[in-house]
Amino acid sequence: MNYERIKEKLEILADAAKYDVSCSSSGSKRQNKNKGLGDSSGMGICHSYTEDGRCVSLLKILLTNVCIFDCAYCVTRKSNDIKRAAFTVQEVVDLTINFYRRNYIEGLFLSSGIFKSPDATMERLIRVAKKLRLEENFNGYIHLKSIPGASDELMQEAGLYADRLSVNIEIPTKAGLKLLAPDKDHKDFIQPMKAVQKSIQIYKSEKKLIRSTPIYAPAGQSTQMIVGATGESDRDIMYSANFFYNKFDMKRVYYSGYIPVADDSRLPAIGTEVPMMRENRLYQTDWLLRFYGFDVREILNDQHQNLDMDIDPKLSWALRNLDQFPVDINKAEKRMLARIPGVGMRSVGKILSARRYRKLNWEHLKAIGISINRSKYFLTCDSREFERRDLTGIQIKNQILLTGSSKYSKNFTNQLSLFS
Amino acid sequence: MSRLLTYDGSFNGFLSSVFDVYSHKLKNPTIQPEHRAQTQLFGEIQHILTDLEKAGRVGKKLKQLLDTDAFNTLYRAFLSEEENIEHYLFDFCKTTFDLGGSPLGDLGNPKILKVSQAAKMVGREKHRMEAFIRFHLIEDQLFYANCEPDFNVLPLIASHFEKRYADQKWVIYDLKRNFGIYYDLKEVVEVTIDFKDPKPQRGIVNTGGVKGSRFRESENNYRDLWNQYFKSTNIESRKNMKLHLQHVPKRYWKYLSEKVE
Repeated sequence: MNYERIKEKLEILADAAKYDVSCSSSGSKRQNKNKGLGDSSGMGICHSYTEDGRCVSLLKILLTNVCIFDCAYCVTRKSNDIKRAAFTVQEVVDLTINFYRRNYIEGLFLSSGIFKSPDATMERLIRVAKKLRLEENFNGYIHLKSIPGASDELMQEAGLYADRLSVNIEIPTKAGLKLLAPDKDHKDFIQPMKAVQKSIQIYKSEKKLIRSTPIYAPAGQSTQMIVGATGESDRDIMYSANFFYNKFDMKRVYYSGYIPVADDSRLPAIGTEVPMMRENRLYQTDWLLRFYGFDVREILNDQHQNLDMDIDPKLSWALRNLDQFPVDINKAEKRMLARIPGVGMRSVGKILSARRYRKLNWEHLKAIGISINRSKYFLTCDSREFERRDLTGIQIKNQILLTGSSKYSKNFTNQLSLFS
Repeated sequence: MSRLLTYDGSFNGFLSSVFDVYSHKLKNPTIQPEHRAQTQLFGEIQHILTDLEKAGRVGKKLKQLLDTDAFNTLYRAFLSEEENIEHYLFDFCKTTFDLGGSPLGDLGNPKILKVSQAAKMVGREKHRMEAFIRFHLIEDQLFYANCEPDFNVLPLIASHFEKRYADQKWVIYDLKRNFGIYYDLKEVVEVTIDFKDPKPQRGIVNTGGVKGSRFRESENNYRDLWNQYFKSTNIESRKNMKLHLQHVPKRYWKYLSEKVE
């Protein structure tokens, strides 16, 4: 193996792959087979974290950064004058195995620029996964990119070797896509999603009848949207996300603050700050939809097209719906406990469990890790002390902002000063 | 003056102590491992010998009354090696016997909460070790890793590594507690290495007394490739050192090549 050459390729092709934010390595059911290598039946593991604080779980690389498309937001677009490189199938297999054996990674996340045709590219990605599974008896995690425009047959094959498949929708609105990626068609993204979803359903129902049915993409599908490239609203983004969750049984939708990589009048200029706080608020909203039982229309609608930046979306919802509070911690049902600002889903579980033994007071709540500072305006417990004043939403918000310091307050003041 | 029971520091030793407290109907006992016992504060000191039969009986009873989750919580809290944790563990056992069932849900009870929190802490360290262990291929096709976990988590991570690396021989060595686990392609066994240097230099490269412990040259190459990957996958414009340090606290750095070089 020529290490110097591989190192150079790694530099180029890891750098080009890093804008894909998915790093999940969980949710698969693949167990070690015949004393082979690897097991991905447990929870995901982050083996390191980069200085930007993101998890490093998978070897995330492009097979090649040669691309026939010219999408404005993408660093590997055809018209960009950068160094191009390509791994061979064997090189990717060797890197994956050797990194995995040293406990550097949970597996491989393989994507690619589109060379020649979508099918030729998809076929090559599948070849890597197939070799890992069949020749190396590798049971670690494999995430393959579904290439927009790839045929249904290839997508059906991909799921036999991959744990997860994903197509990045990238631009949340059709109009935005037309503007920034004129050679791509919205339905080219949707088609592979549909093919994979259908296969997942077929294999699942067959598995119920015949136990030996092979597993097909056990960790499901995911997608990603770029935030802040086309002037879309938070409502546009979250309604799209909601569509993908419901329509295609997505396991995850990722939101990626746009990092300027091109001088293009259609896009924010190079040097524009990455909208990290907005990204964070979108993830919070995503969590509210998936784990807290919120409907997207409760959080974003015609009156509220964008999320508040200075407070989180749950607090924001609570302040608009003060008539639903205070909630009695010792009596309320799970659904309402989950809606109290400062109380997370883990705390909800703890409250439900602990209150079977005794009535809970402020001390108890504090001890099990609830943020009293935020929650005290919204709940009553086994205590005579509670917020008696009839505060308005704005008063509560100011109180909370005064006493707590948001981890983003610095970013927030910075961003404000840009416009003042 | 209350009575102090000391035991050898093993989980079976602790369970033997619980057995003796019940069989001798001891009132308000304090249980401490002998290497941490504060003998001067007590009127009477009794050393409990670890007895696998007694420990087995207590363990069996606990497993009957507790579900897997609650029993694991008890065991993990024990591995925290926290000072006085035995006090809370004993109380947990006693409450279990009194209730005839698991007290784990009673988080409004500070003593139960304490056990639950200690177990969470150990669970986090277990997960960190599953993430931050780095193997190095040395002679004899053996994959070797040093570590210094905050808590005694090697007993907890053995099965994870056994399942995952079923086709390679490996050693994970805890330099702090001076023992390791070794997988010989069949099973995992506990090993102690007689380091040539009595105070082994801590860090990645020290493979101590392991036979023919030199790295192969290709080993440095893979480390180099990994470091390159780590560098290239970072996004400079999103730099956030506070978050970075929260995820990878500095005390783990010396075993992570991407942070060392």
